Amino acid sequence: MTSHAKHGSGGKPVGDVIISVRDLFVGFGDKLVMKGLDLDVYRGEVLGFVGGSGQGKSVLTRAILGLVPTRGGTIRIFGQQRDKLPAPERKALEQRWGVLFQNGALFSGLTVKQNIQMPMRETRDISPRLMDELAMLKIELVGLKPDAADKFPSELSGGMIKRAALARALALDPELVFLDEPTSGLDPIGAAEFDDLIATLQETLGLTVFMVTHDLDSLYSICDRIAALADGKVIAEGPLGTLLASDHPWLRAYFHGVRGGRLAAVIPE
Amino acid sequence: MAAAASNPPDVSPAEGGARLALVGDWTLAASRRLEDKSQQIVDLGKRREFVTIDLSGVSHLDTAGAWLINRARRNLAGERVGVALEHARPEHGIMLEEAAYRDFEAPAPRRVPVVVQLLADLGRAVADGLGEFYRGVSFLGEFMAAMAYVATHPRHFRLTSLVVHMEAIGLRSAPIIILINILVGGIVAQQGIFQLLRFGASSYTVSLIGILVLRELGVLLTSIMIAGRSGSAITAEIGSMKMREEIDALRVMGLDPIEVLIAPRVLALVISLPILTFIADIAALFGGMLVSWGYGGISPAAFLSLLKEAIALHTFLVGVIKAPFMALVIGLIAAMDGLATQGSAESLGRQVTSSVVKSIFMVIVLDGLFAIFFAAIDY
Repeated sequence: MTSHAKHGSGGKPVGDVIISVRDLFVGFGDKLVMKGLDLDVYRGEVLGFVGGSGQGKSVLTRAILGLVPTRGGTIRIFGQQRDKLPAPERKALEQRWGVLFQNGALFSGLTVKQNIQMPMRETRDISPRLMDELAMLKIELVGLKPDAADKFPSELSGGMIKRAALARALALDPELVFLDEPTSGLDPIGAAEFDDLIATLQETLGLTVFMVTHDLDSLYSICDRIAALADGKVIAEGPLGTLLASDHPWLRAYFHGVRGGRLAAVIPE
Repeated sequence: MAAAASNPPDVSPAEGGARLALVGDWTLAASRRLEDKSQQIVDLGKRREFVTIDLSGVSHLDTAGAWLINRARRNLAGERVGVALEHARPEHGIMLEEAAYRDFEAPAPRRVPVVVQLLADLGRAVADGLGEFYRGVSFLGEFMAAMAYVATHPRHFRLTSLVVHMEAIGLRSAPIIILINILVGGIVAQQGIFQLLRFGASSYTVSLIGILVLRELGVLLTSIMIAGRSGSAITAEIGSMKMREEIDALRVMGLDPIEVLIAPRVLALVISLPILTFIADIAALFGGMLVSWGYGGISPAAFLSLLKEAIALHTFLVGVIKAPFMALVIGLIAAMDGLATQGSAESLGRQVTSSVVKSIFMVIVLDGLFAIFFAAIDY
């Protein structure tokens, strides 16, 4: 578990491997989505995960989270293979991560505050007072106004839903956070704010962030390392510069296309 | 890290209590113990003028731990005790700053006397009921207007959609309706024979079955079954379309949701229910005939000739005439409740329940009204 990064150049110093995926095969019916995929995520980094639509970014995230059955290969999180663990240890493991789903997946029958308290209430013995205080603290931490606490998800805007869902993901102070397209559906200002928020939280809480994203600005501004998915494998990984230099056709189209070209122009080579 | 409750948080006083050394994992995993320790800091320090909290022994700190340390500091400050934090690791320092103690204004719960609350609830329920009735009538009007539009513009008639819904509502519910009606016909026959035998009048059982089934039971059982089976489905479909803004999408395209979504469904109900009622009548008579034969010794031939004497065409028509009205009530209530769905999953569940309960109730009320009507015109 303490194998260190081989690619320290360019990125910031890296620690232990927190997620290690080896030779992963995932398929639906006779269609194979992951074909022997390898991926490492190191403690304390923000990993951006990119790939074309339908390439299986979400499938990989769901496979790591154990929501999609795998056909072969191993997935180790915190050095443990989730599907081999007995139930109590698996639960303990699942409390060490937080997940932000693409559409928030807030419980629609509960208020924002109750949503955030849900994991606390279910897994810890905490006094109601502390639970209220912690929920309000998280609400403030993600930049929501206190009066959002008693609102229902249907009364929130898209950006507020993302923030509330992030607050819920952070309820138990997880070490590892999965973000599925955190900035999709936000306006550029909101997206930039959300990026800053993730960066700040990552620094203060010492989070490891696994982020599926399409947002080139997010990749540029907060990701330490980027992995690109195509044809069921990771075709390139490393700091942004490495990916910009890659000559894989999809990556060239992605980074040097009209939108990516503007970005490449501002990044010093 | 967070899961390691193996290293519980603790407070150890030193220098006679002037220095409090915190050790262990100050994380949420320790739950109540964490709160107790925070209180202990306050208890140990509150008689002094100055307390130093030494954080060098803290192995892990999360927002809950930082919050509680800050809460203890705040409480001590309230007791006029000076507090200093020492030897905090840089990352813990950031955490303590981030979780600085502040008051969150809690909205005070409004207290209302029970009697007033009860009266207010009663008033609201009555007003809601009237509003519901008003909306029901206005919805009926909208539906009729949409139907009139479709009738004058046949190009807007959605035949495919109508056929699809007739399959789902009519064809697919035929087996269960046949089954329950055979059973109910049999039960009525058995009871009729059993009770009438005492008066030596068991052959009247056939009249009983014929009239009861054709006038009331066939249409009533079918309507209740369809209200539970298809009314709930319509509410759930339209409700989830409302939640996913599909109804709004139709509106902004200049399409009328009532014409596109609701008309085909209600029309399918109105066409299917009389057919199903006819099937139900036949099934119940068949069930009655079987039991009369096996239990009462009335042969099928005798059953049929007795039935012919007991009933006329109007007996059958009384039942079937009611069916389209029942269908209209079920369809409109289901559609209206579907459209009233709000954003949450809970609301969808509530609407489906209310749709089924209301439409079954209305079906029975309507049946009563028809009974009075037919008695008045002596039909």
